[in-house]
Amino acid sequence: MNLKLDKQTCWLVGGVLALLLVSSFIGWLLSRRVTSDQARVTVHNLNARIRAWWMMVAVFGLAMATGGIGSIVLFALTSFLALREFITLTPTRLGDHRTLFWVFFIILPLQYYLIAIKWYGLFAILIPVYAFLFIPIRSAMAGDCENFLERTAKIQWALMICVYCVSYVPALLSLDIPGYAGQNGKLMFYFVLVAQISDVLQYVWGKTLGRHKIAPSVSPNKTWEGFIGGIASATLIGAGLWWATPFTPLQSAGMALAITLMGFFGGIVMSAIKRDRGVKDYGNLIEGHGGVMDRIDSLCFAAPIFFHLTRFFFT
Amino acid sequence: MAKFISGANARWVGCEPDVRQRVYFANHSSNLDALVIWSALPPDVRALARPVAARDYWIKTKWRRYLANQIFHAVLIERKKPTAHDNPLKAMLEALGDRHSLIIFPEGGRQTGAELAPFKGGLYHLAKDRPDVEFVPVLLENLNRVLPKGEFLPVPLLASLSFGVPIKLAAGEVKSAFLERAQNAVKALQSK
Repeated sequence: MNLKLDKQTCWLVGGVLALLLVSSFIGWLLSRRVTSDQARVTVHNLNARIRAWWMMVAVFGLAMATGGIGSIVLFALTSFLALREFITLTPTRLGDHRTLFWVFFIILPLQYYLIAIKWYGLFAILIPVYAFLFIPIRSAMAGDCENFLERTAKIQWALMICVYCVSYVPALLSLDIPGYAGQNGKLMFYFVLVAQISDVLQYVWGKTLGRHKIAPSVSPNKTWEGFIGGIASATLIGAGLWWATPFTPLQSAGMALAITLMGFFGGIVMSAIKRDRGVKDYGNLIEGHGGVMDRIDSLCFAAPIFFHLTRFFFT
Repeated sequence: MAKFISGANARWVGCEPDVRQRVYFANHSSNLDALVIWSALPPDVRALARPVAARDYWIKTKWRRYLANQIFHAVLIERKKPTAHDNPLKAMLEALGDRHSLIIFPEGGRQTGAELAPFKGGLYHLAKDRPDVEFVPVLLENLNRVLPKGEFLPVPLLASLSFGVPIKLAAGEVKSAFLERAQNAVKALQSK
């Protein structure tokens, strides 16, 4: 897998760096101007988020620079950390111990190995078919029947969300798109950029204009203003980045809309799980953002859809 | 880096890390317990802290002996048949000396259930003989899921440990009352 550092990639990277510089500058300005205690907390959190963004962009950039394999390793690690956060929050029993060992150390690496060798026919079904059936078998063999269905479903769900869905991001590198050979790195960059910028813009619109709550019992910070403003502006940005993708501007807008909508729903669903478990964040690994799962919830839901839309219409 | 891998998250709820002499007493459900507490302490505190462990387990293989003696400087005690000569309390008091701290598991062995087992009397005798030492309750959560009793392959879940408010033996407090208070101090650290 050869990821060329062409002109368009440079533009994408340069654009993201410029955006980060501007954000850091705004964050610095805000931190000098706030007076009330509540605003200070918000700005402090904002600046922590921006610093974490620098870190995440650096890690993602490094992974991209090493070619395909770096991206696969990065997302495998991301899956591992997300899965750990997810299972930690999920009450499992002693009887699940060996099953969990399989999930972490056999199924997860195998999924990413299949992605690395581009075996679409197997990576697309490994978890929904084989792992799906294997998990209840292994747990049943351990002999503990209490809450069996519930425990099994939770492990299956964790594996689907944290491993299967996330693995579709580096799987973008394996698509054979006519006239776009060797440029899939840009497609992955485009996807991650649109999904994440949509999160950021929803946050910005919500913080500045947000009045009407969209789902107060699930996610108190999500508002209609943030939703509409964020989705619309991220879709426009996605459309404006068509030159880096195999899409026309209009197709690119449609793809960006699909990514941002799925990302929004991903955030809502993952919030519902957090509420149910009575926690605010999945972890505390990324300062200002919470855990890994808090940062990638939108990617999880958008990646498989974006992959399959692209695969269906463009390969 | 160790924190990144183990994910163990230490919360100092009731006290701050300190090099003063302390006895950390915790619930016990996994072979990793002592390691997790020990590594959660800042380096200067860690250098003075010695886990108390069962001799029968830790002298079985060369590797275990190496870990216990060279890495953790563990205090190995006889738990099966203590004699006047081979008295766990004496060994612990000696190990405590005038600068060291101890990490002990007063339940006496690894538990599989969610409930705390009754604490053994050794904790009380330590508190009686060393009234100057602080007794810090420690609650370990999720470690029984990381490496439960009877399993040898760990699963990488996020464990957490909380350090509570130090307790001391009150004037005239009887053994059963002190042990119950100590047990409640550990229980009280439960997050939910």
